[in-house]
Amino acid sequence: MSLAKYALRRALVSVPVLLGATAITFSFVYLAPGDPIDTLVGFDAVDPAVEEALRAEHNLDRPLWEQYLLWLRDVLVLEFGTSPITGRDVAATIAGRLPATIALGVAAWALSLLIGVPAGIVAAVNYGELEDELSRVAALAGIATPNFWLGLVLLFVFGVHLGWVRVTPPDAPLASLEMLWFLVLPTITLGTASAALVMRLMRSSMRRELNEPYVRTARAKGLSERTVIYKHVLRNSLIAVVTVAGLQVAFLVDGAVVVEQVFSWPGMGRLLVEAVGRRDVPVVQGVVLLIAVSVVLANLLVDLAYAVLDPRIRYDR
Amino acid sequence: MTRPEPTTERGRIRIEGFDEPAAAASLEGTARPNVGPWSRDGDGEDAARVSRPDERTPTVGRRRRLADVWRRFRSNRAATVGFAIVAGLVLVSVFARPIEFSAGGYAVTVQPFSLAPYDPARPAVGPSNAGPSLAHPFGTDWAGRDVFSRVLVGGRFSLSIGAIAVALALCVGVPLGAIAGYVGGWVDEAIMRTVDTLYAFPFLVLAIAVVAILGQGYWNVVAALVATGWLSYARLLRGEVLSIAEREYVDAAEALGIPHRTILARHVVPNAVAPVVVQATLNVGNVVLAAAALGFLGLGLEPGTAEWGTMLAGGRSALMQGHWHVTVFPGIAIFLFVLGINLVGDGLTDALDPRSEFERRVR
Repeated sequence: MSLAKYALRRALVSVPVLLGATAITFSFVYLAPGDPIDTLVGFDAVDPAVEEALRAEHNLDRPLWEQYLLWLRDVLVLEFGTSPITGRDVAATIAGRLPATIALGVAAWALSLLIGVPAGIVAAVNYGELEDELSRVAALAGIATPNFWLGLVLLFVFGVHLGWVRVTPPDAPLASLEMLWFLVLPTITLGTASAALVMRLMRSSMRRELNEPYVRTARAKGLSERTVIYKHVLRNSLIAVVTVAGLQVAFLVDGAVVVEQVFSWPGMGRLLVEAVGRRDVPVVQGVVLLIAVSVVLANLLVDLAYAVLDPRIRYDR
Repeated sequence: MTRPEPTTERGRIRIEGFDEPAAAASLEGTARPNVGPWSRDGDGEDAARVSRPDERTPTVGRRRRLADVWRRFRSNRAATVGFAIVAGLVLVSVFARPIEFSAGGYAVTVQPFSLAPYDPARPAVGPSNAGPSLAHPFGTDWAGRDVFSRVLVGGRFSLSIGAIAVALALCVGVPLGAIAGYVGGWVDEAIMRTVDTLYAFPFLVLAIAVVAILGQGYWNVVAALVATGWLSYARLLRGEVLSIAEREYVDAAEALGIPHRTILARHVVPNAVAPVVVQATLNVGNVVLAAAALGFLGLGLEPGTAEWGTMLAGGRSALMQGHWHVTVFPGIAIFLFVLGINLVGDGLTDALDPRSEFERRVR
């Protein structure tokens, strides 16, 4: 199968998933307790005439499938309406919070690779030795530490006790030096568990590659151990790290929801929690749908990258 | 330097026993001796027993297999430590406060012991926000409640949510995964596309959405974690069932006219369920973490409940005032439990599938 054909087929598989995700997001309005109109007026008492007008305006008097299609049409052009609680445009609210979350996520992702990949290599090369055992313990600790607790402890030690960082984000633009300095602790908090996962993955993938016949060949023809590991084994084992990048997006989003709360970071995760607390359903829908679409697209990109890096995968299906 | 005559003493491949009748018979494919083709020095006994389950002689029964798993699990020191941590935390939370059932005017005390010195919900048993002392080993929180008692009792919420949510998720995921893999066709498509779609939502985000819809409370948190938890079991079991359904013994059962339902329940699922058990064990840790995260975000149990995550929700403001003890101890409790569960899960992985000792699965 050619790459283009594979890409097309893989992209088509995402379409029903995306449609399903929109359907689930759409259903929030109906699954939430109370009449959808309550959600739209922010649970205020309203005049019946106003209510009728709102029903007509939001197509609530039409059949469910028609409402879904109309909603979908709006969503496709990123039109989520206005929040009944704050009265602000939902899409603009989300857009305002998006850069902060992306900055945090990218920083944590970079940290997880910077720590996880080298540590995994060291563990795999020294299989069964002290380094390997240490990496195992570190990975377990990283996975078992609740991220919100780690964040609180870091905030206490470096913010309250030592006073090296502020305990709330500075009132500065995102790209400023103060903001970057403040971002250090949230990045560590969010990146720790991710780094642990990358390290274990890197270690096991490298172990597998080291047992392959081509490694024996490379050693037998007299290549130095360095060349064998860094030129041959590393390249092949990195593919495994690429394949989990999609999973990592979901993992980091989950973590960001909590970490942003700990550090009062003005991102989407905090917006989601605030919106749930205020029962601001359109904002919840917007954030959740945006997250779902990002995860689906990330998985699509990962699969395509995988197909480019490892052509065998294209013939497997 | 080679020896002139062949030896059976050392070397990577042992050739002893090659002339025995049983080995000769195995060449004809009639009966295969339960001896691994090669073994490392030092643990020949292990290697001999740990052949793949499907290569075993049929006389090896299920009890023997479970005993093998238990023996391998026990010999793994890390797993034993993990098991001890988990068991210890379970015992502590059971014996933290007396358990009473009252029905029809009668109160029956099931468990009379009380490890916790104070009622976890009672305020002002000590000064507000006091640090650790002999009277209050973990200090007191802002309302003057004893943090030590609250951490002990908090285990009941966290651990029971973890156990119940995973058990219920298995009850949903295992049948759906088994049916998808065994029946195939449009049933498979429908179930797996649903799983794919729900996988588009990250675990915690979906749980938050469900809590947003259902509201707070113990059973709503459990429901949220079940709604997100069954996906991985269904996907994993389907894959296993697909490969098991190809086996000869399934064909044989079909040829004997055994109903599909019986084949699936008695022959396919029991052989496919091992990885799901490992996954479920590891997931208890994830579920406890997620429940605590929900509690921390204020979306879990009612505020003020002595649940580990909910206790941390008020911890931020306490930390800012320098009261570290309110936050640190519930966090350590969560950490210990999740660590224990992960050690047990890793031990189970090795015990259920000895081959994975070399390629330990990455979660």
